[in-house]
Amino acid sequence: MSFDNLDTLYRQVIMDHYKHPRNRGKLEGDALVVDMNNPTCGDRIQLHLEVEDGKVKDAKFDGEGCSISMSSASMMTQAVKGKRVEDALRMSELFSDMMLGKEIDSGDLELGDIEALQGVAKFPARIKCATLAWKAMEQGVEKK
Amino acid sequence: MDARSIREQFPILNQEVNGHPLVYLDSSATSHKPLAVLEAVDAYYRNDNSNVHRGVHTLGTRATDKYEGAREKVQQFINARSTKEVIFTRGTTTAINTVAHSYARANLEPGDEVIITPMEHHSNIIPWQQAVKATGATLKYFELHDDGTLNMEDVKKSIGPQTKIVALTHVSNVLGTINPIKEIVELAHRQNAVVLVDGAQGAPHLKVDVQEIDCDFYCFSGHKMCGPTGIGILYGKQELLEEMEPVEFGGEMIDFVHLYDSTWKELPWKFEGGTPIIAGAIGLGAAIDFLNQIGMDEIEAHDQKLTNYAMKRMREIEGLEIYGPAADKRSAVVTFNINGVHPHDTATALDSMGIAVRAGHHCAQPLMRWLNATATARASMYVYNTEDDIDQLVSGLTRTKEFFGNVF
Repeated sequence: MSFDNLDTLYRQVIMDHYKHPRNRGKLEGDALVVDMNNPTCGDRIQLHLEVEDGKVKDAKFDGEGCSISMSSASMMTQAVKGKRVEDALRMSELFSDMMLGKEIDSGDLELGDIEALQGVAKFPARIKCATLAWKAMEQGVEKK
Repeated sequence: MDARSIREQFPILNQEVNGHPLVYLDSSATSHKPLAVLEAVDAYYRNDNSNVHRGVHTLGTRATDKYEGAREKVQQFINARSTKEVIFTRGTTTAINTVAHSYARANLEPGDEVIITPMEHHSNIIPWQQAVKATGATLKYFELHDDGTLNMEDVKKSIGPQTKIVALTHVSNVLGTINPIKEIVELAHRQNAVVLVDGAQGAPHLKVDVQEIDCDFYCFSGHKMCGPTGIGILYGKQELLEEMEPVEFGGEMIDFVHLYDSTWKELPWKFEGGTPIIAGAIGLGAAIDFLNQIGMDEIEAHDQKLTNYAMKRMREIEGLEIYGPAADKRSAVVTFNINGVHPHDTATALDSMGIAVRAGHHCAQPLMRWLNATATARASMYVYNTEDDIDQLVSGLTRTKEFFGNVF
């Protein structure tokens, strides 16, 4: 029995983020806090964002969920930190397109580890896991 | 009973999923439908399709006969006293909501109590939350033992003169726990409380005799017992249903309509506003015939044997935790987690091997919190499952464990 198709989903870098999440925790002070969950499966994330002068200065997350949702959250915080809000939102859009299996042109934006999640597009039931953190980020910066 | 020959009557099982023969272990979510049910629904639409209880033409009469014939089958299946006690609904959820809207709102007052259990499906929690909010009554929960069975000492203590409604599941959709319904009904009736049983997981697997159980309401769905989706049953004792107001108003359920007031049809039709779920009811009738041909006692024995086997085999997997009571206290449901692997990941890995299980909170968030789990995986079995399916599951779980053990 081959696990080929599973390997396309569970790439090493995803597992690394799952096991060693970056930016896990909370931000002190008056950070923006967004709680979001996926009611169909119970995944939940709490995202802390520090947005100043149109820039995401810091981002941390906490939560519970599967390897896809938690690794995606870890990658997202890594990706948006230091980015301008409009760039963070553009990345989120790129990410959604990637999940829909569309060809994407990231232009000047470095996707980095995020590209490892490309395989999720082939697992429709798991797309919502991957997009949870990005949706939380979108809601967070819109609060500002 | 020969599950292999039964399987042949379920064409859907004869397919490959992700390059592997389908192993379907998600019957608690919904069961598959045998040919007899597919053909009954098809034949109705091909030959008899017409609205019921109206008009005098031949097709209308045939449709009405089939629809009401299905009601008789349900009545006999659960041993209700008469067809007046058998109301067709959209499913268990609608059936429970009908009681929570009509009976509960008319009978609850501040100081009254509704008692449910922590193992309820959301559909047997939220209607009561809403009913007590609307009436000022209080919602309470019975306690569970550590193995996920009801603490009967607490049940005895909790039911008192202030208790007006006890609502609980016959079989837990997560733990598989079979609750001692009859005993609880006796305790509740001593205090003049009515008992509603959520039979969504009970009716497909256990022989149900509502007169013997003596419950006041019993609600279940067709689609979990080989019938179509969109059809369910509200059984209620006639004297209670007689005094209850309908919750949906419109065609079909009326007697006389005047300009400013109307009167209702007699039971059971006063609760069936609008064109009913005719094909669904006919399909459910065919499903009941199918189950009766096998025999509910046979089904129960088959479920028990398979559950024993599944629990024995799954326990062989190191690092796999099974939730809920011993095999002899549960129906054909095994909920579990592999240590260190999220159940979604487990379910995706199994799916890649053609094995369908459920992962998530199973519409039972309070129970998940009680279990101290955010989510679990669940394998649930039915008439068409075999020990071979369990062997496939166990080998799939072993491979899943290895896969995630290696990538971590």
